[in-house]
Amino acid sequence: MLRIKGLTKRYRTGDLALKDIDLDLPDGQVMALIGPSGAGKSTLIRCVNRLVEPTTGTITLNDTVITALGGGELRRARRRMGMIFQEYALVERLSVMENVLSGRLGYVGFWQSWLRRFPQSDIDEAFRLLERVGLDHMVDKRADELSGGQRQRVGICRALIQSPELLLVDEPTASLDPKTSRQIMRLIKELCAERRLSAIINIHDVMLAQMFAERIVGLRSGEIVYDGPPSKMRPEVLTAIYGEEDWSATIRKVDETEEAEEEEADNVIALHDVRQPHRDRMAGLT
Amino acid sequence: MTVAINGGAKVWQRRDRRTQFTVWAAWLAATAVFVYCFQLISDKTIWAFVLDAPVQAGDLAARMVPPDWAFITQLGRPIWDTLNIATLGTVMGIVIAIPVSYCAARNTTPSVSLVRPIALFVIVSSRSINSLIWALMLVTIVGPGVLAGILAIGFRSIGFCAKLLYEAIEEIDEAQVEAVRATGAAGAQVTAYGIVPQVLPAFAGISVFRWDINIRESTVLGLVGAGGIGLQLEGAITTLAWTQVSLILLVIIATVIVSEWVSAKVRHAII
Repeated sequence: MLRIKGLTKRYRTGDLALKDIDLDLPDGQVMALIGPSGAGKSTLIRCVNRLVEPTTGTITLNDTVITALGGGELRRARRRMGMIFQEYALVERLSVMENVLSGRLGYVGFWQSWLRRFPQSDIDEAFRLLERVGLDHMVDKRADELSGGQRQRVGICRALIQSPELLLVDEPTASLDPKTSRQIMRLIKELCAERRLSAIINIHDVMLAQMFAERIVGLRSGEIVYDGPPSKMRPEVLTAIYGEEDWSATIRKVDETEEAEEEEADNVIALHDVRQPHRDRMAGLT
Repeated sequence: MTVAINGGAKVWQRRDRRTQFTVWAAWLAATAVFVYCFQLISDKTIWAFVLDAPVQAGDLAARMVPPDWAFITQLGRPIWDTLNIATLGTVMGIVIAIPVSYCAARNTTPSVSLVRPIALFVIVSSRSINSLIWALMLVTIVGPGVLAGILAIGFRSIGFCAKLLYEAIEEIDEAQVEAVRATGAAGAQVTAYGIVPQVLPAFAGISVFRWDINIRESTVLGLVGAGGIGLQLEGAITTLAWTQVSLILLVIIATVIVSEWVSAKVRHAII
């Protein structure tokens, strides 16, 4: 259980990125965090593992007060939080295996990691994870030889090999095409279910958020303006988060996708209260 | 204004009137300075000697051929010394440059207000003194010989390598570093996984490039007594043995060509 209380972040430039955020994330819940650019989504998840230092407020992960930790304790706490990045953030010049194993850095000593002498159990787990995401034949490839979707899968393995209790996911699909985006989101959702992981997923794509998250939190100018299930996403809600715009297409979209991809019907949150989509109007939006 | 209204049409010019005048005035000033300096230098030149130069050059060239090929037996050892000076000096320079660049790069330095200025000062002072001058000073400190040459090349290389290396460190992709830090890695591990792989190609390129430069620089260090083939060159020039001078120059050229070939190959292999 992740508990955020009174989290405020003011950058040295004076910008107030987060204003007194209160948020609880129960175990096993996949939550999407949506909001316009600059709303504080990235700041929020980076405050959780303290890549960004919160100004005030407390963050508690399963009885560990993250905000009170220093040095070594903070590093041990970071091991319990896997992070997945927008531009994958793989170490480009290292191999797929080295990238995955770098998720274990918090568990091994410096010389062990420098000489690449990771315990066999870590290597077994790395192979298992790579097999799970369908990349076990790519072990020796350098990260910069992979396609976007493959890189993000490696990024997911790197986060999971930490054996985390929580996933922090920052715009996982922003650099991917629509099909790969869905595959990656589905993979994250499945893996969270398999391992009973909770996740915070920052995402720009409202439709993907509705499809794959069980809870949506809307952030605007550092404040939570919506917190509820995807089925309650109405044009008024999107207007409250993003500002005035014609939202009818964005919301109907979900229904369209549900019909088109029947095999994943159980992943899709049904929106019974929306009207039937105009297929021709949808065409250009995928 | 770069855009003016002329008879209803918007006319665009690259510069507005004031900038145009400033540019013109700058050109005028530069030309005036050049003419004045030319005058000064011309007054202090003995033109008779300059007019005589082609004859003198032809004369010197005639005395240089054919090179004294037999002399080559005495050049093996000095050229070996020269290569060693260059190589060991480069190694010394790089070993010291690594921590200096780490301290000088804005994103890795332990302290921006204290350590970074010191590291930058080390870089500037090393770079601003030519290796021949380093050699001149070191010969008086450690005595003439190869050691003075190695130290001179080493000191000169610190600044060069550290400057290029710290610029490479400052240009890395911070997202990769952040990702490694997010796994719970300790400081040294973040450097080893987040930074080292990113700067490794630059590091290898810089090292080989500096080694290549150092071979050329070490050929002259002998002129001030710091060992290597320069010593023979100095001796040949003072004894007016021009056929030996031409042979030494040929050997130097051959060495430099070989070193450039090697460094090009190595850089190609790494990057």
